[in-house]
Amino acid sequence: MSREVDVLVVGAGPAGLVAASRLAAAGAHVEVLEREQWPGGVPRHCAHRGFGAWPHALTGPDHARRLTEAAARAGADVRTGVTALDWTGDLALATVGPGGAETLAARAVILATGARERPRAARLVPGTRPAGVHTTGELQQAVHLYGQHIGTRAVIVGAEAVSHAAADTVRAAGAEVVALVTDLPRAPAAAARTLDARLRHRTPVLTGTSVTELLGRGRLSGVRVRHRDGRTATLPCDTVVFTGDFVPEHELARRGALTLAPGTRGPAVDGALRTSRPGVFAAGSVLHAVESAATAAREGAHAAGAVRDWLAADRSRAAHWPTGVPLVTAPPLLRITPDRVTPADRLPYLLRTAIPLSRPVLYVTQDGRPLHRARLPLTVAAPHRPLTLTARWTHRVDPAGGPVHVTIA
Amino acid sequence: MTVTVSGPLPAEPYDVVVVGAGVVGCAIARRLAHHPALRVALVEALDDVGQGTSKANTAILHTGFDAVPGSLEARLVREGARLLATYATESGIPVERVGALLVAWDEEQLAALPRLAEKAARNAYHDTRLLGPADLYAREPHLGPGALGALHVPGESIICPWTTTLAYATQAVRAGVDLHLNTPVEPAGRHDGVHRLTTPRGPLHARRLVNAAGLHADTLDRGLGLDDFTVTPRRGQLVVHDKFARALVRHILLPVPTALGKGVLVAPTVYGNVLLGPTAENLDDKDATESTAEGLRALREQGRRILPALLDEEVTAVYAGLRAATEHDDYRIRAHPELGSVTVGGIRSTGLTASLAIAAHVTALLAETGLDLGAERPPDPVRMPNLGEAFPRPHQQPERVAADPEYGVLVCHCERVSRGEIRDALASTIPPRSPEGLRRRTRARSGRCGGFHCGAAVRALFEEAGG
Repeated sequence: MSREVDVLVVGAGPAGLVAASRLAAAGAHVEVLEREQWPGGVPRHCAHRGFGAWPHALTGPDHARRLTEAAARAGADVRTGVTALDWTGDLALATVGPGGAETLAARAVILATGARERPRAARLVPGTRPAGVHTTGELQQAVHLYGQHIGTRAVIVGAEAVSHAAADTVRAAGAEVVALVTDLPRAPAAAARTLDARLRHRTPVLTGTSVTELLGRGRLSGVRVRHRDGRTATLPCDTVVFTGDFVPEHELARRGALTLAPGTRGPAVDGALRTSRPGVFAAGSVLHAVESAATAAREGAHAAGAVRDWLAADRSRAAHWPTGVPLVTAPPLLRITPDRVTPADRLPYLLRTAIPLSRPVLYVTQDGRPLHRARLPLTVAAPHRPLTLTARWTHRVDPAGGPVHVTIA
Repeated sequence: MTVTVSGPLPAEPYDVVVVGAGVVGCAIARRLAHHPALRVALVEALDDVGQGTSKANTAILHTGFDAVPGSLEARLVREGARLLATYATESGIPVERVGALLVAWDEEQLAALPRLAEKAARNAYHDTRLLGPADLYAREPHLGPGALGALHVPGESIICPWTTTLAYATQAVRAGVDLHLNTPVEPAGRHDGVHRLTTPRGPLHARRLVNAAGLHADTLDRGLGLDDFTVTPRRGQLVVHDKFARALVRHILLPVPTALGKGVLVAPTVYGNVLLGPTAENLDDKDATESTAEGLRALREQGRRILPALLDEEVTAVYAGLRAATEHDDYRIRAHPELGSVTVGGIRSTGLTASLAIAAHVTALLAETGLDLGAERPPDPVRMPNLGEAFPRPHQQPERVAADPEYGVLVCHCERVSRGEIRDALASTIPPRSPEGLRRRTRARSGRCGGFHCGAAVRALFEEAGG
């Protein structure tokens, strides 16, 4: 079976749903493929508030529901339980679902496949292989979507915002949070969040501490930890949650041999969220695992605009698919998204830093020529939180020049 | 069909009780199932078949090219490889004949290659070929720099060790063998030619006993009054890499054994992953299946030299298995007619390959102890669900999805496991008793996300089925 639509969106999280809503509202025939049984993406299992437009008062499930309804109202066809398996052409995907196998071709494809946390194995944490070892994503689904029992005492690995969300989920399930453990020297979450854990919940937040071994046969019995001063201890627990350390779900991007951004391992894109393949766009956490749902939604909207331009253009394709020049960061900056730039780009850039920076100044240069200098409106830029760089300098980029460098003073 | 996990055991003596449902014990039970007159039980201390050494190995179907010529192991591996290759095709066990390259990284290893080729010839394996560096890098373009040459062993294959064990056990159970799980046994004397075994589920009686207890074979033997060998667990830690790594390697990359040790291998798996390992650590503890920081560091260091790009790919699993090494070089397979027992000991990494030949050998030994096997009738063939990437999975077969839409609904996305396959496993002859058992049968939750996406959904399906 084979069909053709205007736009195929892969992934019904915030980025994919917003892109689909915008494009369908503009009259395009849009189909969203969601491999899960429900649309909404990760917010679907985030019970906490903080979603939606200001004042961010919605819970994740409410937000997911509203985005889904908006997409349906706009006329997008959101299909759940359907997996995009692989590419069968430049703009065609093989899919399978309860209705059988189908090949879908489109005039544009948006990859909005999201991200995942790296599980225990990928983090090479040694020890036994007991039950009771989770990521936040699995924990939240177990508790909030399936009402499953998750043990009685949990250690949370990580102390970022997502780690606190995991701790809240553990508490909501009636279990005790033994501690949050991070190998960073300072707790990376907002100070208020860390203080709240310590004071209100009396949950220790152990900094400078790494998990060195999982213990227990059958069921987890504890985790071994080591403080950077050399002290070691065993934290007795029957559950451990590995949080954060997100990586993009880039399977389709890689299967399609799209160029990846070295800093994120997500597909490389320019400011119009164009990947290396004409007609294929990408938005949301697959680009930068991870930023907020609001960021993903903003990118979905931005991608919709770029797709509209692409569909409207008289496609002598190469001319409408500028390749841009690479945008390169150097330590302590970890990554920048988008990571390619063309003179017409308008989407602000998102960066992350490896270490805290006080009163940071960003310099943008190309072939030694200064393009822009930005003093960030932050007294301290912290790891695990985004830094934003405006795109107001892109018109100065020479599209035939060398890579554009973003460095910190 | 009888599979039990709790409650009292049948009071009447079995003709044969096979202790240990690893790949060897299951193969023996399956072989004995060719004799319908025999009442046979397969008993296992843990809650599933293949839960010990059989689930944590390098998943290679060996040719036996490097066995000790003239040894029992050499003969059984050679025969077993042929038998298992045929059986795998009949039963739907994924096998890929990818071939092996023994890669020489220094002059000493290079000099060892012709000797290994001669040894292969003495083991009646004549297809080896020496490769120069140009040929080697043409075959393995992602190999790290500095390799000097290789010995090509085209017959070495990769196989699904788990499906093999489960196929044997399934066929045995369907042909009338009783499988008793959660049943650790201790010998408690023999009267009138009948062994009495104590178990937490009450006594069990057997006219003949087959000791296929793997790591615990020496303990069981001592309970029978035998002192033939001591098992020294040798731990092998292995690192499994994501399917994206599969394109980096075409053959099994074996180390060249030298005086300094065996080194580690890099091998594709039938599931489309890439294995790195194993370590070789002699231990005392027969439960020490944990991985260690030092072990993982050492493996990654060696992996970086063999296949540098491998280290950029995600690790999807780390596991450790214990080989049942003994102080002897060869298998220790002995009939004890005076005790009415056969011991199958010292089966190390080649046990999977040799399993069918070991089973035939052990059955012959049982007959020599005076056991009347009765008439022979082959059990019905089995067809196992395919977990291999080289063969079509249900979701890739439009006619199967059309006939049963559950095969089109993927639950585990990384490994592309459908709800239909999970349903089938939960309703199979030997159903899983834990989410881990379900994982081994279907690969659900084995992928790069480690359950981030599917863990709770898979658990829900397991629990709905009454697991």
